[in-house]
Formats: sequence, structure tokens, C-alpha cells
Amino acid sequence: MKKLLLALATSAAVLGFAASASAQDKTKICFIYVGSKTDGGWTQAHDIGRQALQAEFGDKIETPFLESVPEGPDAERAIERMARSGCALVFTTSFGFMDATIKVAEKFPDVKFEHATGFKSAPNVATYNSRFYEGRYIQGQIAAKMSQKGVAGYIASFPIPEVVMGINAFVHGAQSVNPDFKVKVIWANTWFDPGKEADAAKALIDQGVDILTQHTDTTAPMQVAAERGIKAFGQASDMIKAGPETQLTAIVDTWGAYYIKRTKELLDGTWKSEQVWDGLKDGILTMAPYTNMPDDVKKMAEDTEAKIRSGELHPFTGPIKKQDGSEWLKDGEKPEDGVLLGMNFYIAGVDDKLPQ
Amino acid sequence: MGIIEAILLTVVTAATPLVLAAIGELVTERAGVLNLGVEGMMIMGAVLAFAATQATGSPYVGILAGIGGGALFSLLFGFLTLTLVANQVATGLALTILGLGISGQIGEAYVGMSGTKLPPIAIPGLSEIPYLGPLLFKQDLIFYISIALVIGVNWFLFRSRAGLKIRAIGDNHASAHALGIGVIRTRYLAVLFGGACAGLAGAQLSLVYTPQWVENMSAGRGWIALALVVFASWRPWRVLAGGYLFGAVSISQLHAQALGLGIPSQFLSALPYIATVVVLVLISHNRRMTLINTPASLGKPFVPDR
Repeated sequence: MKKLLLALATSAAVLGFAASASAQDKTKICFIYVGSKTDGGWTQAHDIGRQALQAEFGDKIETPFLESVPEGPDAERAIERMARSGCALVFTTSFGFMDATIKVAEKFPDVKFEHATGFKSAPNVATYNSRFYEGRYIQGQIAAKMSQKGVAGYIASFPIPEVVMGINAFVHGAQSVNPDFKVKVIWANTWFDPGKEADAAKALIDQGVDILTQHTDTTAPMQVAAERGIKAFGQASDMIKAGPETQLTAIVDTWGAYYIKRTKELLDGTWKSEQVWDGLKDGILTMAPYTNMPDDVKKMAEDTEAKIRSGELHPFTGPIKKQDGSEWLKDGEKPEDGVLLGMNFYIAGVDDKLPQ
Repeated sequence: MGIIEAILLTVVTAATPLVLAAIGELVTERAGVLNLGVEGMMIMGAVLAFAATQATGSPYVGILAGIGGGALFSLLFGFLTLTLVANQVATGLALTILGLGISGQIGEAYVGMSGTKLPPIAIPGLSEIPYLGPLLFKQDLIFYISIALVIGVNWFLFRSRAGLKIRAIGDNHASAHALGIGVIRTRYLAVLFGGACAGLAGAQLSLVYTPQWVENMSAGRGWIALALVVFASWRPWRVLAGGYLFGAVSISQLHAQALGLGIPSQFLSALPYIATVVVLVLISHNRRMTLINTPASLGKPFVPDR
């Protein structure tokens, strides 16, 4: 029943979009969102990027978008409608749109696609991603300094490389400060369900964590953390409004500059399929102000951030073992991007069993 | 506060919206009307409750707005399916889509605002009972209403004259009509009751569960409530049991994960659905009783011929 509803909702959204698409002389830069554009997290960050893009080019472009497109077969239909409606460039902004994007791109060789956070590309499909793990490493260090109990709670969404990499980076950062630091992980198996995210937050706090971090999209965990008087990290957008005395910092995605750059290339005719993976130094990822922490912790965080920016520090620098005890990185060795993007294993020190 | 108590408190919060929406839909369906728009009415209740609370500062005004919003929205469904005799399934689905859309529009101004949480009301004396006290007698108003509604609806449907009429209409609207019972009028009232309950469930989401407004925040709970009604074979007590079982398994699986028991999380996430369906099917296994309890005119339009 829910599937049917989602299908209907998608078709309704698509129809609404088709009706609004009229002016033909403007270049259409289109967006597919997995959540609502006002979710306060992931999708909102993309929509802020889209607004920046629209403001930059003004009358020259149109930026239609589809919200709340479910990952799966419906996504393919939604992307195809977008391509058919005359979009020159389509940004598909969730990992789960990967296969659908590739499939539709094969049918529309003249339309350019950009898929966020994936690892499959084609001559007309570029990928773009942000090195979120850099921010998670900093968060891990802060958590280890701020936690009284030495245990943090981690609300994860789906066991995809992106999320696994985040957990690894967080744990590695925390254990660089306190080698005994522990992380409890709950897989919510959803990106977006405020109630379930809040339940997960409550469960973690009831089991004794005193720092919370999340890889899901709403501010509900932050709100629970505020209510229970512990500290937490925001995700994708600055969530300080949900927890003025709770948020330590947040990983803030700033996609606008990238969207503007790629659209400019498209209009100039210099757009190429690339695999872009930028981080703190490129400004695609920024840290929300370090708040609710003592000055020495703040200074440590700022120092780490500066070192990552300058390239002096790579969060994953050997020696690092895998969870099963086998060697992953030798002393001083840094991982290749391809390995990180396909990360499907925990590193030593993560106290959870990875769902397969 | 012990861990068991903490878990149970979370279960109560998770189960209350399901029980509320399901008990309302149960009355609607007992009158022979299938309203698939529970999700839409719920989300309308959630946004209006949040908006009214922000405007007045009182979550109690919010509760009223949630109830009123859900009821008003169900009236639209009633008009289309009862007066204009539109298809109930299609209209219900449309109601859900419409509700999700309109609520997003209304709620745009409220995104990111921190809400006001409905305060718990301790019942003097009873709330002092160890363990049970804080769990059952130190809750918010909406929880008390949800329990009262289950008791009330059970009494009303099976012990009162009006309840008998509702069941008669649901089982055979032509005969009920021949007996002089106002089929359409009664169905309107049943639909309104369902809408009010779904609206109240929505208010619980935006005032108690997660006191904030996020688009789409009901996240499928209306559909779970609908399924609960069917698997509970239209019996109020079973709806209550099913709602709490679903809540209990949902919360326990989160704790099992946090404990690191090593059970695959995908299986754990599916567990609430599996457990609830299996248990409710088992307790409703008597085919004859299930047939008796199923409203025979469910979903069928009624047009009085004279």
C-alpha cells in the first residue's frame, strides 16, 4: 500500500512539475531530491545550493525540482520525466538514485547528469561528493574530549560506503584522543523519519551515551539530546536552532559553489564527466561554529580543521587495522579515494557488527 | 530510572499515535466506510496543531486545532464518497496525497522552529505507584484520551444502541436503510470521528513525539494504523494490543542494536511488522469470528433508492 501511495505521489509530483515547465528559451537545470526541501538537513542543503545557482544566473536558467522522490523504481520514472521535459543538466541528489541515473542517462545521451555521492559514472554522468569524513573525524575528536562516559551514540541510516566511512572516521578521530572511546551504533534503516530517529536517540541515551551524532536527515535527534541535556552534532545543515545549548558543531554541506561552477561549464560548452570529491579545503564542506565547548576543545578542533585543510593531516593515516584484525593501512600510508568510496568494512575499534 | 522503565516510556510515546488513528479508523470502517486517507488526516492534524500552538503558545489549543483539522479534512472525504458517491479507495488515496501537499505548504513557515512539548499531567496518588505510576499516570493528556477512547469505543460499539446501528450499517446498509436508520448521516459522523482521531494522532506527533514540524513527519504511521485495524479484525482491544506490540518491538529492536547483539539490522527493522502481523493473525485465527467482525459493506457505496 505504501509503495502504491509513493508511486501515486511521485506521479502527482511529476505532473505538477510538467505543468509548471513552460518557458523554452531558458536552460533548465533540474534537481531530484530524496526528501522534503525543508527537512532542515540533507535536502535543504541541496535546495540552498539550487537557490544560490538560480540567484547567480537569474533569468538565464530555470531550476525545477522534484521533492520526496523515493529511492528505487520510482526514482527512475521521476528522473526520466525530468530528462524528457527538456532539462539540460539533472542533479540527482541521493546515493540511492545511482542505478536509476545511469539507466536514464543511457536513454538520453544528450542530457547531462550529475549524481551525488555515488561511484558509477558514464560519458554524460558525472559524480560529485563531499569529503564528509573529514568533518566526522573532527567530531570524533570533540566527542572524545567532551564525553564524561567515553561512549557516543551514532544514528546511522543505511549500511552504504558513505555511512560506514563516516562511522570509521568518527571512531578513528575519537580514539586518536582517547584510545578506549566507544561508539554505539543504531541503524535506523531510513533517511527520514523524525519519530524513529527520536526513538533511536532515546534508546542510545537510555543505554548511557552522553554524546550523539547522526547520519539521518532530521533535527529530531538533536531535539531529544537537548531535552535530555546531552551534547550532539548536527548533520548536513547547521542545526543550532534545534539545540542552541546542545549542538557542538555540524557538518554543513555547501553545494552552491559547485552547482554554479558546473552550470557555467555547461553553458560554456566545457562540461565534462568528472568524478569530483572535494572537502574542507574546497569549501564544499564547512563546519558550523564550534559551540557549547571549552576553549581548549575548540582550539583542538580548529587546529585539526586547519591541518586537514592544508593537507597536513589525512583522517585515515596508517597504521590502521580492519575490524577483523587484518592490516588495512601501513604506517604513514593513506588510502586511495576508490577504496574509501567503496568502504564496506569497519576499522578496528568500532564496537558494532556491520550489517551485510 | 531503570532501563526497562525508560524503554516502556518510549514505547508508550511510539504506540499512542498508532492506537489513536487506528481506533478512529475502526469506527469509520465499522460503519462500512473505508477511508485510506488516514495518513493525510494525520499530517493535517500535525501541522495545524503545531501552527496553533505557535500562534497561541498553548499546546491545548494545538490539540483542538489538530482534532478540528483532521475532522474537517475527513469531511471533504465524506462529501466526495458519501454525497457524491465517489470511489472510496481512490478518494482516500487522493486525500493522503492532498494532505501531504497542503501540510507542507502550511508548514513551510514553521520548519526549524522548536515547538512546545505537551506537559505531562501527574494524577495525584496513582502516579506515586512504583514502576506503573510514572508509566501510566504521569503522561500527557493525549495518552489519557487514547486509552479512554479505546474503552469508550469498545463500550459504544458493543453495548450501546447507537453502536449497534453503526455495526448494522456496516454489515448491510440496505437492510439498515429499510429499518429507517439514517445510513448517510451516521456514516458522516463515523467518518468525522475517524478524522478527529487521526488529527489527534497527528497532534501527538508534533506536540509530544517530536515537538517540531517537519514535512512528511507522519512517515507512514497512518498506513500502519490502517493495517492494524484489519489485522485486529475490527476489535478495539486488539487495536490497542497491536499498537503497543508494534511500538514495543520497534523500540526493543533499537535497543538490541545499541547493545550490539549482532543481529542484522535489516531484519530487526522488519521485526515490528512481522511480529504484529503474526500475533494479530494468531489471535484472530477463528475464521467464523473474523467473518462476523468484518463489516460486510466495507467500501461499498450506498445510494438510497427511495
